[in-house]
Amino acid sequence: MLKDITLGQYFPGESFIHRLDPRTKLLCTVLYIAALFMAKFFISYALMLFLLVFSVAVTGIRPSAFLRGLKPLLLIIIFTAVLNVFYARGGTQLFSWWVFTITTEGLKTAFFMVLRIMLLICGTFLLTYTTTPMALTDGLELIMNPLKKLRVPVHEFAMMMSIALRFIPTLIEEADKITSAQKARGANFETGRLTERVKALLPLLVPLFVSAFRRADELAVAMEARCYRGGEGRTRMKKLCMGARDFLTIAGFSVLLAGIAVLSSLGL
Amino acid sequence: MPTIKTEALTHVYSRGSPFEQTALENVTMEIARGEFVGLIGRTGSGKSTFVQHLNGLLPPTGGRVLLDGADINADKKRRREARFRVGLVFQYPEYQLFEETVYRDIAFGPRNMKLSGREIGERVREAARFVGVPETLFDKSPLELSGGQKRRVAIAGVIAMRPEALILDEPTAGLDPEGCASILRNIAAYRRATGATVLLVSHSMEDVARIAERLVVFDGGHIVMDGSPAQVFSQAEALRAIGLDVPVVTEIAARLHALGVVVPACCYTVPQLRNAVLALRGGAADA
Ligand SMILES: Nc1ncnc2c1ncn2[C@@H]1O[C@H](COP(=O)(O)OP(=O)(O)OP(=O)(O)O)[C@@H](O)[C@H]1O
Ligand SMILES: [Mg+2]
Repeated sequence: MLKDITLGQYFPGESFIHRLDPRTKLLCTVLYIAALFMAKFFISYALMLFLLVFSVAVTGIRPSAFLRGLKPLLLIIIFTAVLNVFYARGGTQLFSWWVFTITTEGLKTAFFMVLRIMLLICGTFLLTYTTTPMALTDGLELIMNPLKKLRVPVHEFAMMMSIALRFIPTLIEEADKITSAQKARGANFETGRLTERVKALLPLLVPLFVSAFRRADELAVAMEARCYRGGEGRTRMKKLCMGARDFLTIAGFSVLLAGIAVLSSLGL
Repeated sequence: MPTIKTEALTHVYSRGSPFEQTALENVTMEIARGEFVGLIGRTGSGKSTFVQHLNGLLPPTGGRVLLDGADINADKKRRREARFRVGLVFQYPEYQLFEETVYRDIAFGPRNMKLSGREIGERVREAARFVGVPETLFDKSPLELSGGQKRRVAIAGVIAMRPEALILDEPTAGLDPEGCASILRNIAAYRRATGATVLLVSHSMEDVARIAERLVVFDGGHIVMDGSPAQVFSQAEALRAIGLDVPVVTEIAARLHALGVVVPACCYTVPQLRNAVLALRGGAADA
């Protein structure tokens, strides 16, 4: 069903990684990505790969979930691989025909490039699979807090994002329900010419929009009734709070970044 | 000859994801032509999931749904045919109205059946009469109606397809007592006029007691009771154990019984109890 798309992002759990502060996870993801772009050679990549596999094991999420996530990007990965194989020059020549030349260097670059993309994607999956969208927005808001000094409406953006995230599953569920109700009256969403199909969407879109506006209206009234007036002076019920494990993890990732930088400069 | 039959029907939502949920398990049930069945069960017991199988909207995870002996999920054509033969009114159907006018909205189903313009007009007027929507509302936008009126228009939209079996998922939820009673009367009238099979899903024991001839009780995706209202409501303890209750009238009859007043324990409508009490007083129900 449609609903699986968004809900499938988060895998509930109680692992060490699940319990990390969202800010820690955001920061570590950034550090990991930075390290990935510095990594140049085998040992660095092996280290990065090991770290990812280890983290996935810690979360207890099935590795197949990550592979499934990679599937939509398969085309891009293959494209990158092919491009790199033929573009990179240097090393010994293995094969040559017309304008196509394959060298050992080309193969190596392609291999690392693909590995890098896959690690990059899986690393970000690790973040979204173990953090609820709400926690993620909260974390982002706190990280961006300093921007408030520059009059960036950080709180408003975060609020908009949480509301949107909150309503995506609701609207999808509603779309599912309306689709079923119209199908029960013989609506046909699957066959017909393009114009017919677009027209067939009306019985779905009209009630969906009506209800989205109704919900937005009700939400606005409900928020005003509780005296919501933006982020000024607002306190939180659930305060995000960094603990020893968060500092430890951030320190670990900082060391990793430094380590990869050193390894790369040594050509390892 | 049963019109609708389910065989070991099982439905699992979001299979294979961490949100997997078995909503129906091995439900086998037969509904004979012309029967009036009430389906009750606490929230989340699988009632809505069950009824969405009966017209082929949800494909079963396991088991079959038979309409006059033929599997409705056999092919696309059958499933589409089942949609028209088994009319399903959803929970809160007022949110599915979309046309510019009430008339056009009620006509949506018949239009999808590719009927002629005259036939459509006839059916729309007939359906509107059944549910008590006056023709003066035909040219209004459905969005301008009150909640109860919208509900009626939505029910008319399904009745206009003249289904052999009419399934209503909580048609009275959120209406005032008079609104509830009048919608139930409309449904009963439709059945009398057409001889259609009716399946009424409800939270309200009062509602089903009033009009159903047979009650089926769901709990946790299983059928736990199936019988006449008298049979089902005589098991008050078992009903309470699964989060349901008996109608107030049955409760009163039971208390009277406990006090030593000899009324039958299987009263479940007001007239029944009234007659029983009057019979005790002087034999004749003169009031
Ligand atoms: N689209 C869906 N996706 C996942 N799970 C669902 C979905 N619809 C229902 N469920 C689950 O299936 C179970 C049965 O739901 P169902 O809607 O059939 O109950 P119900 O008896 O109709 O309840 P109610 O009286 O509240 O309408 C519930 O536990 C519900 O959480
Ligand atoms: Mg329901």
